[in-house]
Amino acid sequence: MLSPVILFPAVLNGLMTGSVYALVALGLTLIYGVLHIINFAHGALLTAAMFAAFFCCTLLGLDPYLAAVGLTPLFFGLGYALQRFIIGPAAHGEDRNALLVTLGLAVVIENALLYAFRADTRTLNVPYAFSVVEIGPAVVAVPRLVAFAVVIVLALVLWLVLRATDTGKAIRAVASEKLGAELSGIDVAHVYAVTFGLGTACLAVAACLLIPSYYVNPTAGNAFVLIAFTIVVLGGMGSIAGALIAGLFVGVVESLSGLYLGESLGQIGIFVIFILVLLLRPSGLFGEQT
Amino acid sequence: MADALLHVDNVSIRFGGLLAVNGASFTAEAGRITALIGPNGAGKTTLFSIISGFLRPTEGHIVYDGVDITGEPPHRLARRAIARTFQIVQPFAQLTVRENIAVGAHLARPARADALAAAGDVARAVGLDERLDQPAYALTVAGRKRLELARALAIEPRLLLLDEVLAGLNPSEVRDMVPVIRAISERGVTIVMIEHVMQAVMSLAEQVFVLSEGRVIAEGAPRAIVGDPRVVEAYLGHGAASRMAGAGHG
Amino acid sequence: MRAFAPIAAVVALLALVPLIAPSNAVLNFMVATLLIALVGQGWNLLGGYGGQYSFGQAAFFGTGAYATAILQVQYGVNAWLGFLLGIAAGAAIGAVIGALTFRAGLKGSYFALVTLAFAEVLRILASVAPITGAGVGILIKLDLRPEAFQFQSRAPFYWIILAFVGASLVLIRIIENSRFGAYLVALRENEDAAKALGVDTTRVKIAAMTLSAAITAAGGCFYAQYFLFLDAAIAYGPWVSVEALLAPIIGGIGTVFGPLLGALVVKTLGELTKLVTGSAPGLDLVIYGGVLVAVVAFAPGGIAGLLSTIRALVRRFVPERRHG
Repeated sequence: MLSPVILFPAVLNGLMTGSVYALVALGLTLIYGVLHIINFAHGALLTAAMFAAFFCCTLLGLDPYLAAVGLTPLFFGLGYALQRFIIGPAAHGEDRNALLVTLGLAVVIENALLYAFRADTRTLNVPYAFSVVEIGPAVVAVPRLVAFAVVIVLALVLWLVLRATDTGKAIRAVASEKLGAELSGIDVAHVYAVTFGLGTACLAVAACLLIPSYYVNPTAGNAFVLIAFTIVVLGGMGSIAGALIAGLFVGVVESLSGLYLGESLGQIGIFVIFILVLLLRPSGLFGEQT
Repeated sequence: MADALLHVDNVSIRFGGLLAVNGASFTAEAGRITALIGPNGAGKTTLFSIISGFLRPTEGHIVYDGVDITGEPPHRLARRAIARTFQIVQPFAQLTVRENIAVGAHLARPARADALAAAGDVARAVGLDERLDQPAYALTVAGRKRLELARALAIEPRLLLLDEVLAGLNPSEVRDMVPVIRAISERGVTIVMIEHVMQAVMSLAEQVFVLSEGRVIAEGAPRAIVGDPRVVEAYLGHGAASRMAGAGHG
Repeated sequence: MRAFAPIAAVVALLALVPLIAPSNAVLNFMVATLLIALVGQGWNLLGGYGGQYSFGQAAFFGTGAYATAILQVQYGVNAWLGFLLGIAAGAAIGAVIGALTFRAGLKGSYFALVTLAFAEVLRILASVAPITGAGVGILIKLDLRPEAFQFQSRAPFYWIILAFVGASLVLIRIIENSRFGAYLVALRENEDAAKALGVDTTRVKIAAMTLSAAITAAGGCFYAQYFLFLDAAIAYGPWVSVEALLAPIIGGIGTVFGPLLGALVVKTLGELTKLVTGSAPGLDLVIYGGVLVAVVAFAPGGIAGLLSTIRALVRRFVPERRHG
């Protein structure tokens, strides 16, 4: 059972799945790190992005990777608008309220999709969906390899943006000391909205990376999001590196436990890890102590 | 010489790389008013948080009435009759003044009616009886400070820790509060107060400890402390004492 | 005694419904409303009064429902006894989850997340475990005798759920006027200040969660007896957790009648939606979500809050009566 011929592909596949999980988690951790709210609408937004990507491809005939070019700024704008005009104002500055508002949004988005598109599952047919590449004893699907590469690059880009650009610095300032940032003239509402937009934009990219090899239905996003929550908590709220590393780790754990335990119990494994981490060390492996 | 009710023994606390309190020791004698003064950032409130159970010291002990209470949680200390007020007032905003104080009064009184009645008495003692049925969020700063004090009194403490209870009050409000604090002390309550308002420290405190950069640098009667060059340096910076002496002050 | 008069009046009025409007449609609607009112009151105790927002009330609802069902179907336990045991089971789960989460110091979003996770774990377990019927679910056998907690007409069911709702109203009112209630509200407003006044906040929170779970589980047990069919998506599904918090927030969070008022609004909205757009799945929840956002944004005190604002305005503008 522990033969490397079986383990190696499982680990490799886990890394690739994990990279997409990490991307979803990146958006979540960014939003939490700056706004200090847990975005309960993250899953519904991912589902919406997947539907958008699906229709871009089937109705406009675009290649999913090409669709990302258009969808990413679109979803950035959507995220920006949601935070700026709905979540921010409705929450009146109270975290408890922000919780409820994002939950409300999640319910609205997910059920609107359900109402509009029914519960049917759809899949995309792309010519390269089944093309594979051989890495050692493992046979790896090309889309998944591409996803892995894109996520690593994107994480680096995001990290650079936060370090080097003015907007990035403003975001970091607001994240660590909101009052001070405000007093320095930073438009906090704008920074919050930009951050939320970035988080949602990550979802758009993740959606485009996922649909060549994944199905689309109104609850698809949820499956990813609970895992993303686990990753964020494991890697530390607000830590990009943590989200990336924890994402890869969780992907591998899921792959290996799926190997030994089967599908549905593998899912429980993720939840159990999640609950354990929250109970034992909520600041995660890389996060700051609250 | 009165007995020490509270003895803070060589307490230190470290936050990551920062040593916020560094081997601080002081004693509060029973029935007396002891003041803890010092520049901002000296670690006074942190020390209060340690004494009242909100933080655990990295080193040292807190001895209360002969018992080592280091590390006991705040609610257990309240049952030992140790009360504290917070530097940034923490009212139960949506509750009325009476309901706020009643939370403290409930410690010794399980019945709601008793607690509410006792709350009225405490409010009268601090001069809040006109506002008993107003919500706490509607109070002025002075009112909130009184509420903070009233709530702490409601648990019938033997040791009362006041953290800058006069901060933010104008001179006439300070003048009104000082006799209230004195009356509490005269009833036998041991008071330790962190204070920046020097007129209050001078008129109320019987013993003063000066904290700077996490350690106690001077102690004594109020008058002696004020002239102490180390204290002047702590507040005004290195060399200030000699500069002031040279310029004819001090 | 005066404090209970409004509750008695409301319950008495509601008790007349089966006599005034005995149609099945009305009774179905009212039973569903009262069920959500009960489950919502459970959430309200911990969330409204205690300030700890649970997103996983389904964990207790489902446990009560499954316990009742399994005890009857697998072990032949009497339905009424099963009902009580189901409440106890729900309360036990509440105590366990409460002890784990509150001792770990979780609050706010973290707490909401963990409760969500627990509910989901239970849902997944129930969807694969043989004892809960896995994907197929559990069917309680039709046995229309009062001893089996099943009745020919809907009216007895209605009166029973009304009795539970009435009891929950009385319980909340009693808690409001007790030390436990004062401590609970204090820790909601400011946990550190409460601790400094001698409140063992962890113990109070766990107790509140246990009670909350018991009340919610009672709703689950009733559901099992009324509908006679359960599966994982019904028992532990997000719909329960959402409606459990929606009703009190709309009706007035942290008030005695909030959940009942809110349940009426939620169910009425649901029926109106069905009338206008037919039974397409999802639209009613879209509206619920929108209402949630709107209430939080514009009327955080819910209906009860609006009513007291109106009362305060009226008092300001209506001249005072002259004395003497």
